[in-house]
Amino acid sequence: MIKGRFVDNLGRVYGVYTGGFIIFILLMAVLEQLGVDAATIGILFVAFTICIYALIGWLSRTMQVDAYYVAGREVPAVYNGMATAADWMSGASFVALAGGIYFGGYGYLGFVVGWTGGYVLVNSLMAPYLRKFGCYTVPDFIGTRYGGNLARIVAVVILVVASFTYVTAQINASGTIAARALQIPFEFGVWFGLLGILLCSMLGGMRAVTWTQVAQYIVLIIAYLVPVIWMSNKQGFGVIPHFSYGDAVARIQELEPLVGLGMAATDSAPFGGVRVLMTPHNDPQGGMDSWKFATLAICMMAGTASLPHILMRYFTTPSVRDARRSVAFSLFFIFLLYFTAPALATLTKLQLLDPELATSIIGKSFEEVKNLAWVQNWENVKMLFLTDSNGDGILQLNEFFMRADIVVLATPEIAGLPYVISGLVAAGGLAAAMSTADGLLLAIANALSHDLYYKVIDPKADTKHRLIVARILLIIIGIGAALIASLQLTGILGAVAWAFCFACSGLFFPLVLGVWWKRANAPGAVAGMIFGFGAGSIYLYYVFTGGEPWMGIDHLRFGIIGMPVSLIAMVVVSLMTPAPDPEIQAMVDEVRDPSGKSILAETH
Amino acid sequence: MSGNSNSEVRVRHWARTRNLTILVLVVWAVFSFVLPWHAQSLNEFSFLGFPLGYYLCVQGSLAVFVLLIFFQNWRQDKIDDDAGLSGRE
Repeated sequence: MIKGRFVDNLGRVYGVYTGGFIIFILLMAVLEQLGVDAATIGILFVAFTICIYALIGWLSRTMQVDAYYVAGREVPAVYNGMATAADWMSGASFVALAGGIYFGGYGYLGFVVGWTGGYVLVNSLMAPYLRKFGCYTVPDFIGTRYGGNLARIVAVVILVVASFTYVTAQINASGTIAARALQIPFEFGVWFGLLGILLCSMLGGMRAVTWTQVAQYIVLIIAYLVPVIWMSNKQGFGVIPHFSYGDAVARIQELEPLVGLGMAATDSAPFGGVRVLMTPHNDPQGGMDSWKFATLAICMMAGTASLPHILMRYFTTPSVRDARRSVAFSLFFIFLLYFTAPALATLTKLQLLDPELATSIIGKSFEEVKNLAWVQNWENVKMLFLTDSNGDGILQLNEFFMRADIVVLATPEIAGLPYVISGLVAAGGLAAAMSTADGLLLAIANALSHDLYYKVIDPKADTKHRLIVARILLIIIGIGAALIASLQLTGILGAVAWAFCFACSGLFFPLVLGVWWKRANAPGAVAGMIFGFGAGSIYLYYVFTGGEPWMGIDHLRFGIIGMPVSLIAMVVVSLMTPAPDPEIQAMVDEVRDPSGKSILAETH
Repeated sequence: MSGNSNSEVRVRHWARTRNLTILVLVVWAVFSFVLPWHAQSLNEFSFLGFPLGYYLCVQGSLAVFVLLIFFQNWRQDKIDDDAGLSGRE
């Protein structure tokens, strides 16, 4: 069933897997009815799914270079679409996206548009050409297209900074979920998450990550859609809520002035991260609001098209045409979750606010809300906080503090769904965080082992050596990321936006112009990467240490500073230095031609 | 493929590819920036029971992006086939 024949049987294998997962959910539902407690069901969900991923990881183990780096280039477009969707949809998308919409209103929707529209850039400007190139890693493209180790090394540095920022956020997210589902402290949850992540990626590299990511996509999309649709049916919001929650949006806009939205919190929370809802659900003001929306969307889109762990997924398809097709399927699979998240945010908010609904808490007696089971569960893990600051015995909106990250995780409990759904959501969130962390760790370790170790330090290393070095790096980076994640420096979402801005500041134009501008040369690319990345980082430091943001460009969108600097530096320096050799220019022509062999040899 | 060495075929193929890419990016920019920029005014209109500006940001633009990529691939495949550069080895 596995090896050789495995790719011919994908439909059957994943069909059986999906069926098995549904049977497992039903089994858990039966156990719940038999009186098994919530904690045990949560543990079973998390343990069962991680065991499956680890099994897939073990079955996909390999000692071949092209299997380790690019899954043997035999991943069909639809499956690569699913794997990319899982690779892409991080803990942030799964856990924090709906929470962000809940708290952020229109301003936050820039993320939703940015994280989908970015794939148009990937498809138009990047994926097919990088696939034709036949590289193993993104710095591999930069190094070969521009020539010289300097460009390659600078690209590796930017990749490591961007991906490492991102991976700490993912390990943080898996720690949060594991801590809640397994009822262990966050500090242990982080290491538990890392163990699962390494089990999936270490033995089989890209091949193992690909096939576990497909499995993780199936879990995460079921886990996202089922609770929303169930909640919607139970609460009478419509069979498929996506098309009918317009009324809920209108109702929220009606309620907002009544519940005193926008008042500053009267009391500060005793622990960080929790916040009071202050932004209207749908109230774009134009002007500065529009500017902030557009700048955020640009950074997220260009970041999507420059993040190496996404681009390297398109190196695994059999042909250029398949690479393009898989971009289309990637976005389709991502769309399924992204157009659900706003529905979830809207309906959950309505359930909390609308006094006509049984689930509402705002305006209810403080004691009554304080004793609700879900409120207590989340308050115990310091993710929710209530305070009767005006002492009137009633819970006001500005007395209800919540971490944005828990909106998705708590929705089933708020709507009064059986605990089996909470367990399912925890498994889905874990799948999302783990699949992204896998891809990121592999992107970093591969860049270091292939581009730094093999291409620069020891070009004579044999296959066995290369793959052992790759695995050792994977473990070291994973441990480093978990150590930093356990410090909880930023919220899940902040760190993710930084990763996108780092990537687009340094890599976007060198990658795009590598294909679209023949005249671009090595000094130009190096200047573009260093100045773009440097300008973005300096600006981030300036804003983050309390500097006044210029034109509303805050730490979430510092790519707006980095990208133009990168473009200008790259164009100016390229034009001031000699044009690239005819061979390089011929190589660019070759890249633009979708037929024929890839530029780099099959194994290199 | 026979067209590999023929630079004229390649030049024409690349010109058509570039034009398609520009068209796609124009549509992309309209749904990414132009329409969401005017969300406030678009909210005056209602679409499927949603305020239009809101609808675009949560569903409309997203759906357009998906369709746009499928459209682009369909046209690009045609361009590749016409030039005899279909990428089948």
